[in-house]
Amino acid sequence: MFRNSYFISVVWKRFCRNRPALAGGVVVGFLFLLSFLAPFITPYDPSHLDAWHVLLAPSSQHWFGTDELGRDVLTRVIYGARVSLKVGFVAVGIAVLIGTSVGLVAGFYGGWLDSLLMRLVDIMLCFPTFFLILAVIAMLEPSIWYIMIIIGLTGWMGVARLVRAEVLTLREREFVLAARGLGASDLRIIVHHILPNALSPVLVTATLGVAGAILTESALSFLGIGVQPPTPSWGNILTAGKDYIEFAWWLSLFPGLAILLTVLAYNLLGEGLRDALDPRLNR
Amino acid sequence: MAAYLLKRIAMLFPLLLGITLITFTVIHLAPGEPVEMQTAMSPKITAETRQRLREFYGLDKPLHVQYGLWLGRIARLDFGRSFAPDNRPVMDKIRERIPVTLSLNLIALVLEFGLALPIGILAAVRRSTLLDKGLTLFVFLGFAMPTFWLALLLMYLFGVKLEWLPISGLHSLGSERLAPFPWLLDLARHLILPLGVASFGSLAGLSRYMRSTMLEVIGQDYITTARAKGLSERTVILKHALRNALLPIITLLGFSLPGLIGGSVIFETIFAIPGMGQLFFMGVMARDYPLVMGILVIGAGLTLVGNLLADLCYALADPRIRHGGG
Repeated sequence: MFRNSYFISVVWKRFCRNRPALAGGVVVGFLFLLSFLAPFITPYDPSHLDAWHVLLAPSSQHWFGTDELGRDVLTRVIYGARVSLKVGFVAVGIAVLIGTSVGLVAGFYGGWLDSLLMRLVDIMLCFPTFFLILAVIAMLEPSIWYIMIIIGLTGWMGVARLVRAEVLTLREREFVLAARGLGASDLRIIVHHILPNALSPVLVTATLGVAGAILTESALSFLGIGVQPPTPSWGNILTAGKDYIEFAWWLSLFPGLAILLTVLAYNLLGEGLRDALDPRLNR
Repeated sequence: MAAYLLKRIAMLFPLLLGITLITFTVIHLAPGEPVEMQTAMSPKITAETRQRLREFYGLDKPLHVQYGLWLGRIARLDFGRSFAPDNRPVMDKIRERIPVTLSLNLIALVLEFGLALPIGILAAVRRSTLLDKGLTLFVFLGFAMPTFWLALLLMYLFGVKLEWLPISGLHSLGSERLAPFPWLLDLARHLILPLGVASFGSLAGLSRYMRSTMLEVIGQDYITTARAKGLSERTVILKHALRNALLPIITLLGFSLPGLIGGSVIFETIFAIPGMGQLFFMGVMARDYPLVMGILVIGAGLTLVGNLLADLCYALADPRIRHGGG
């Protein structure tokens, strides 16, 4: 369906009529731009220490003030966007890959394989996800890669259920039966006929998932077991913000706002995509 | 109904087994051994002592034997002894923390539903008005708000700037000498911020969900019929629509449990509340394996029971499931 240009233009038109979604898209685009251009647009070095300019309030030189080591907060917030984007996309990529594969196999083959995989999903859903992530992260060497992988490994269950439900209805549709009648292999039916038609709910969930992954990463970094200083992430700037909250509100305000705005943008974008891709839900 | 109940309860056992298997695998896949944590700091410990320690904890046996032994012990609710210096049984440590976390989460849950349901209904009934749009905006902000940041802001505003509320712990110093009523008041003042933070997070999702199920119900034929009969709008909404819109919410109740328990790590750590979340975080940081495994199993087990209860309530409320044979 994504190869069909008429479909794409209809979706695009519907999406453009949704102003909040459009705003979300613009913010996400802007964040991408900031992350790629970070070294060129930031006036300071993100880890440049300056003992003479510690905890300065926002001014024309330092729009977001400076932190406890004299580093420019605006610069660090912009570099933090890189971490968030990376974590969001890699973690969700892993989750979508696992979830889609599990959902496709479970839905397509059914039987004991389906029961087994779905019980696995049930079991994984019982764990308080944040507990599971904490338990694993704390036992590994701190690394952003581990964080992304663990968030991905604990976030695929929703996608699996969604894809399975989609496959169950698609499996009995005429075009799939026709393909089977023509002697297409299972793999071909799954990849060419079922997967493309199950993609739009996955796209929506993935967009919303990016928002969730960014929140999880920032919480981990805030607790001190996520992205490690001196690499700036919105969560670990806030850790310092908490310690200096009585004298330096700017250290807590700006990174928090960055998280809020980013997550909001991804949520609006995701909801907008849902409305645009699925006209049945048009309200 | 009895058959449905039996079937659901029978399903509990394989799921519980799966929970223990995943917990065990997750902890044992991680590199490093718990004994290293205890011995690495002390140069006096020889290889021989280390070996004795490993034998003591059963770490010298193959993994499947270790799993079998562990499973046998937790079947008797024995989660072993904590690696922490106090060396107390894990079960005791968890037992004194569970009431704090559970009661906090239950109060938060009641608050959430008390607020989210009216918000959702109002937004659905006044659909597309300014009120609906305002509430929707609020909901989206709630979705995007990192709980720990909200906690930080509230601590700053009410604790540091205004000095209205205490920002850490459950009791003030010396509160044990207070009379029952002031003691309760002291506790309540300590609870306002953590509860506010804990319930705000899920408020958004819940009210959004309520709005959409309510909208769906309002579009049904029997609502049109009820209106055509000349019933007041109030009766139509509260008696005919609400009862049906509430059904799917029951399932959500069960699902929100793991999120609540998981979220307790954050607000218990920030507000220094002696609950399970804080215990877990400390256990994780100290690599207290028996404690971490114990809390994982119990946390997931609680969710399992919560889901079962929610499904049973659903079956009780919805005759289609009750009589459909499950």
